[in-house]
Amino acid sequence: MSAAAATIRPVGRTSRIPLPALAAASLVLVTGALALVFFVAPNDANQGFSQRIFYFHVSIAITAYACFAGAAWKAFLHLWKREPRADLESYVCVHQGLIFGTLVLLTGSIWAKISWGHWWLWSEDQLVLFLVLFLFYCAYFMLRFSLEPGPQRANLSAVYALFGIVLVPVSFAAIRLAKNLIHPVVFTLHGPNFGGWILVTYCVAQVAMLVLAYTLYRLELGGKRLDQRVRDLKEVLV
Amino acid sequence: MSYLRDVGALARKDLLLELRARDTLPAMLLFVAAIFVVFHFTLPAKPSRLETSGLLWVAILFTALLGLGRAFVPEREQRTMDGLVLAPCDRSAIWLAKSLATLAFLAAAEVVALPLYALFFHRVSGATVLAVVLADLGICAVGTFLGAMAVVTRARDLLLPLLFLPLAIPIVVGAVGASVGPPVVASPGKYLAFLGLYDLLFGVICWASFEYVVSE
Repeated sequence: MSAAAATIRPVGRTSRIPLPALAAASLVLVTGALALVFFVAPNDANQGFSQRIFYFHVSIAITAYACFAGAAWKAFLHLWKREPRADLESYVCVHQGLIFGTLVLLTGSIWAKISWGHWWLWSEDQLVLFLVLFLFYCAYFMLRFSLEPGPQRANLSAVYALFGIVLVPVSFAAIRLAKNLIHPVVFTLHGPNFGGWILVTYCVAQVAMLVLAYTLYRLELGGKRLDQRVRDLKEVLV
Repeated sequence: MSYLRDVGALARKDLLLELRARDTLPAMLLFVAAIFVVFHFTLPAKPSRLETSGLLWVAILFTALLGLGRAFVPEREQRTMDGLVLAPCDRSAIWLAKSLATLAFLAAAEVVALPLYALFFHRVSGATVLAVVLADLGICAVGTFLGAMAVVTRARDLLLPLLFLPLAIPIVVGAVGASVGPPVVASPGKYLAFLGLYDLLFGVICWASFEYVVSE
């Protein structure tokens, strides 16, 4: 029995913040962000009410970047320190990043339709970048699911996830090189190009999206680890 | 010095294999010629330089994919990858040698493709040749690396274009920008520098991480 128990992997480190607390924080923050976006933030002088999608579009985009960066960091930890949990954590980060990345494409597309009359504009740097990243991370899933679970799959997934974080600035520079300017640049090297309630609303929306992404990450990770544990138990029992 | 000797020996092995089997290069040459003919029938009459230089890069990219897809086939078919990994040499030498061999095939295909392009469509500028050289380095470095990844998966040949094309988009931007010329792009310097930066960045990453692709 003790030998059988030794083959069952531990559930993994339990984080200090419990999941229900995270979920509650997400709910409060997202509700607060929605209230600020719709009832407090002022109308944009040029784009009017429709500009409010910016609060979600930009905060979701930055959350997606954070997920991809998290995936690369976990991938790096897997390759460098051989942390046994890092592979699954990197995969879950990429999964969450892809969900938020898809939302960036959707919200950006809606914003483009309202502002410029087209569902898709190649002159929008961020949208094109997210399309490239969407294709890249979809290929990540193709790669991962085309390999048997094991050290090789973990290694190849980690290396590809590291490529992803390098591709972000390189693609961004490439798209800037190929562009003509239509997309409003809200962040410059001198900081954000807005202030007052707009800044407060944006910050709350940003924190809300980051906490929501972290909650979803923890939820998926917990499910995946449980799934792994059940499979290990089944193997031991058979 | 011994590292370079290992790379030389491994690259020579691939070139020799190709010289004897003639599997890859004739296919690449035929493909690039055929694709130009297809382009002729898909383009409007008297296409502009802007249109054709975009298509030149589509042709180069897909021809490269053809070669990259074949790069690790001998290792797979003859099961020699384990032998290479166990050989007393740095594992990045396998990637570098394979990249050099693929680069040689791609360059040979382009020696035919560029005059054909000039014959069928437009004159080839000096900046285009420079862009071809720089883009080839990036294509072969990244493509060979991803080829080694794709060859161990179940999907194999199907996966390589999916893995490679998103990573090749910056190369295409730099290469097209450098080759369209005036009046669209006044100076190709910025685009060529970008290509050089891409080669350097991804070359170092591939070199440093190839070990993880072939070992567990």
